[in-house]
Amino acid sequence: MAMAALRREGRRLAPLISPRTITAVRSSPLYTTLEDEGPLGVRHISTQVVRNRMKSVKNIQKITKAMKMVAASKLRAIQTKTENSRGLWQPFTALLGDLPGADVKKNVVVTISSDKGLCGGINSTSVKISKGLHKLNSGPEKETKYVILGEKAKAQLVRDSKKDIELIITELQKNPLNYTQVSVLADEILKNVEYDALRIVFNKFQSVVSFVPTVSTVLSTEIVEREAESGGKLGDLDSYEVEGGETKGEILQNLAEFQFSCTMFNAVLENACSEQGARMSAMDSSSRNAGDMLDRLTLTYNRTRQASITTELIEIISGASALEG
Amino acid sequence: MLRRASMLLACRPILAARARPFSTDLPAAPSADATFTEAWTKVIPNMDPPKTPLSFMQPRPPTPSSIPSKLTVNFVLPYASELATKEVDMVIVPATTGQMGILPGHVATIAELKPGVLSVHEGSEMTKYFVSSGFVFIHANSFADIIAVEAVPLDRLDVNLVQKGLAEFTSKLSSATTDLEKAEAQIGIDVHSALNSALTG
Repeated sequence: MAMAALRREGRRLAPLISPRTITAVRSSPLYTTLEDEGPLGVRHISTQVVRNRMKSVKNIQKITKAMKMVAASKLRAIQTKTENSRGLWQPFTALLGDLPGADVKKNVVVTISSDKGLCGGINSTSVKISKGLHKLNSGPEKETKYVILGEKAKAQLVRDSKKDIELIITELQKNPLNYTQVSVLADEILKNVEYDALRIVFNKFQSVVSFVPTVSTVLSTEIVEREAESGGKLGDLDSYEVEGGETKGEILQNLAEFQFSCTMFNAVLENACSEQGARMSAMDSSSRNAGDMLDRLTLTYNRTRQASITTELIEIISGASALEG
Repeated sequence: MLRRASMLLACRPILAARARPFSTDLPAAPSADATFTEAWTKVIPNMDPPKTPLSFMQPRPPTPSSIPSKLTVNFVLPYASELATKEVDMVIVPATTGQMGILPGHVATIAELKPGVLSVHEGSEMTKYFVSSGFVFIHANSFADIIAVEAVPLDRLDVNLVQKGLAEFTSKLSSATTDLEKAEAQIGIDVHSALNSALTG
């Protein structure tokens, strides 16, 4: 509509001006450059649109750079904690082994994810693995339930597995992560969910650019005893004498709960580390993209500006030469 | 362009070799549950199976035929590894059945810990820690894993605060109404009296 009005104005002033060359303007099909009228009806090609875009891209670049710095500093803080907690789950795996393939009736998949977004694909990977485990453990008399930690996994899993979700826990990282908080959480889960096997899905932090999806399995006492009796990896569990308590079962129950809280603690820390690392690399590639975009826009801007100067010059010169005769 | 391609080819094997960054985690065990990987690839062929903790752990040595001379101790807390594969002569742990001494060649045991003093004997030195609670696993290959929720060296405990805490929890127990409150107060008393005896005894 603005173009039509301008065209009308142009037709009104047409006898005063020589035909314009608008080929330079049409060179960039993406940007609809407006032609505005200056004094004496001289037309300038407006670079306003390109300039606005450049400003917003530059702002986005600054924001993403800042977010990368913030993620880097948070990563440094939580990385030391994570490395120190790595010794915590190893004794349990040394004693009880690791049986992700154990065939159980009641599976519970604990999916750990982040609350905030802009962290790359780690949450989608965790959700895909959780759904994969659900599919793997589906069958007659078998059921799989989800316990979700974090908003992002909740958003993805609520869509198609709503009836299988037992518990949803969010805002985990409001206060710095510590063992007490995680053990209370583990207690809640153990109280409210019936399980034969708990499978914790998280992203293990290997380096700033590499996060490995991992699943840690914690079996309940009955399954542990069943596997121990049937031999195989847990076969020599019976050779361990159990001190104290009235029954062996009581100690093993405490052991299973302790194992769950320790593996949860490590898993939550590793996932937090992976989140910060993924956010760093996502924001880094985003600022690099913004830089590339800015370069391209600058070129377009310069071309447009030069084209408008050329047009002005041509008009003035041809007008002057027309006057000279 | 060709130079860049050859540079990329030269760079990639070096990057693959440098893929292990931390020394805290050495991927060792290759036999990380084959049945699981098989079952996974059958049901979900498009995705790589997730890794399991076994692939991130160093395998333990098998049971030797003769009793080794030293006990290898791993003492871990949620926020730190106090002792990692340290070779010592003896460890005394506060199990629920009382103070338990662990020497090399001890029979394989799983024991729960109660609040008390843990002492590590190495040659002529002895380091004491107050442990809140946890578990100890003694394996047949003279490896001992002690996992505690909280452990502090004894010199960091303040006697006055311990006495005050003990008095506070005793009064809480007498004024407790529900079972939960009674249990909490009892736990408080147990821990503080253990602290007391650790400091005085």
